Amino acid sequence: MLEVSLRHDFGSFALDAAFTAPAGVTALFGASGSGKTTVVNTVAGLMRPDAGRVVAQGEVLLNTAAGICLPPNRRRIGYVFQDARLFPHLDVRANLLFGARFAPRGATGPAFDRVVEMLGIGALLERRPGALSGGEKARVAIGRALLSKPRLLLMDEPLAALDAPRRAEILPFVERLRDAGLPILYVSHSVAEVARLADTLVVLGEGRILASGRAEDVLADPALAAQFGAQEAGALLRARVLGTDADGLTRLQTATGTVWVSQPAPVGAELRIRIHASDVILAREAPQGLSALNILPGRVEKIETDSGQRAWVQLRMGDEAILARLTQRSVTALGLAPGVPCHAILKSVAVARDDLAETHK
Amino acid sequence: MTGLTPEEATALMLSLRVAGVAVLTSLPVGLAVAMVLARGRWPGLWLLNALVHLPLILPPVVTGYFLLLAFGRKGPVGAFLEQAFGLVFAFRWTGAALAAAVMGFPLMVRAMRLAIEAVDPRLEEAASTLGASRLAVFRSVTLPLILPGVIAGAVLAFAKAMGEFGATITFVSNIPGQTQTLPLAIYTALQLPGQSALAGRLALISVIVAIGAVLLSEFIARRVAARIRGA
Repeated sequence: MLEVSLRHDFGSFALDAAFTAPAGVTALFGASGSGKTTVVNTVAGLMRPDAGRVVAQGEVLLNTAAGICLPPNRRRIGYVFQDARLFPHLDVRANLLFGARFAPRGATGPAFDRVVEMLGIGALLERRPGALSGGEKARVAIGRALLSKPRLLLMDEPLAALDAPRRAEILPFVERLRDAGLPILYVSHSVAEVARLADTLVVLGEGRILASGRAEDVLADPALAAQFGAQEAGALLRARVLGTDADGLTRLQTATGTVWVSQPAPVGAELRIRIHASDVILAREAPQGLSALNILPGRVEKIETDSGQRAWVQLRMGDEAILARLTQRSVTALGLAPGVPCHAILKSVAVARDDLAETHK
Repeated sequence: MTGLTPEEATALMLSLRVAGVAVLTSLPVGLAVAMVLARGRWPGLWLLNALVHLPLILPPVVTGYFLLLAFGRKGPVGAFLEQAFGLVFAFRWTGAALAAAVMGFPLMVRAMRLAIEAVDPRLEEAASTLGASRLAVFRSVTLPLILPGVIAGAVLAFAKAMGEFGATITFVSNIPGQTQTLPLAIYTALQLPGQSALAGRLALISVIVAIGAVLLSEFIARRVAARIRGA
């Protein structure tokens, strides 16, 4: 559990934010310049705000009102920087082991061999950082932070400097860390990464907290869709793989009904599926003779319109919600309003490889 | 030492000892001052900076005169050091070493300061988040990264110390075997009739020592730099 509150005046820009991060992955989402890095640097102790308070697992790391500000080396917070920041004069092994000797006796963390194996960096141990690719550097940086036996891991856009294939290579490692139970504060401006990793989502905009809560709830909030972007906005569904049909489609069980997707997944796996709002069609009646396979019934919960012709509709289905992007004309034509029953229609092929992520919880 | 007369050998050994002691004792002080100048954020730093550079711009004779005033047997610092530690500078080789250290100090600090300013402070931040205290960060990250600059500074100061003349002769005079370093011995030989051959030989020794020092430092700096770059 991490509690953060801080206020800092940069002159041209003022940051005033407070949030709580429970166990699991808390994603800090926001555009560049929204103050994300200031927040993580405050948590790490690399920056001292005008006023602030940081409490990690019951220990006060910063309390400006009481004059408490622990230096970074006494906070036991692992920090994976966007630019890796490996020590150029040390080989990979020495980089990895750098923090281990400073960890207090009794601190727990994964063993060297396990981290090396998990990150697949066994062949790099004798190399210098100068001879590593971007993806290799990112993995070594994650390993180095882990081996300092931190109580919390900060990751400041660890994938932003990497191309798509490298990103796809690193993401599973972050998922494994999450599933191993290490609390992570993950900074990103990528909705795809956030949707895949976050348990809790904190949205930061122009120095203020715009929303904070369960990732499913925040991503399905129509009032925030503009923050995530017209193409990227979309809700999360949790699902379990029931099996693969004869035609190759994967059958999933969600809280609201069966969903078929074209991506293969192992039977019994727990998945989170990201449903892009722009891929969802709404219908007042259960449609007949439609090619789309997935038709989920629900009830309109909230509608947000923007200054153009766009409307964002949140459909509630028990504990889950789906977000749909429509035109304002369609909202009027269908008579959509909060409480109106409705069906969400999604094409199986609309769920892309990236939108499916396995969770091990 | 074949081929060297006893006088030549004495002057050479004295010069090496004076320069070596001057560099080794001023190294930690120079590193600390370079650190403060590179990283300090105090308003009075320009004064320290000016003070450090003074021996570079003052006539060496003036520097020697100030040393005489301060560190002579009747000078305030000299008298105190003699009473408290029995340390005497006046007309001793230790005084020659002090003069050499002071004259080489600005060169040493400049080289080290440039090296410190080239270190990416974000690497030091990373080390601190991994649990390293400020001292540990300096020892395990900063120092290895600035090592080429430290070596360059030490070599510059050594070369300056080997060639120092004005401050030395003003402060501790020209006593054979005690304060008569190579440059002073060359000067003395040139003052006496029929000693120009000796002066020439001493000058040649100076050149050989200087070239040797530069080559050695180049070699060390290259090896260190290659290690640090991570090739």
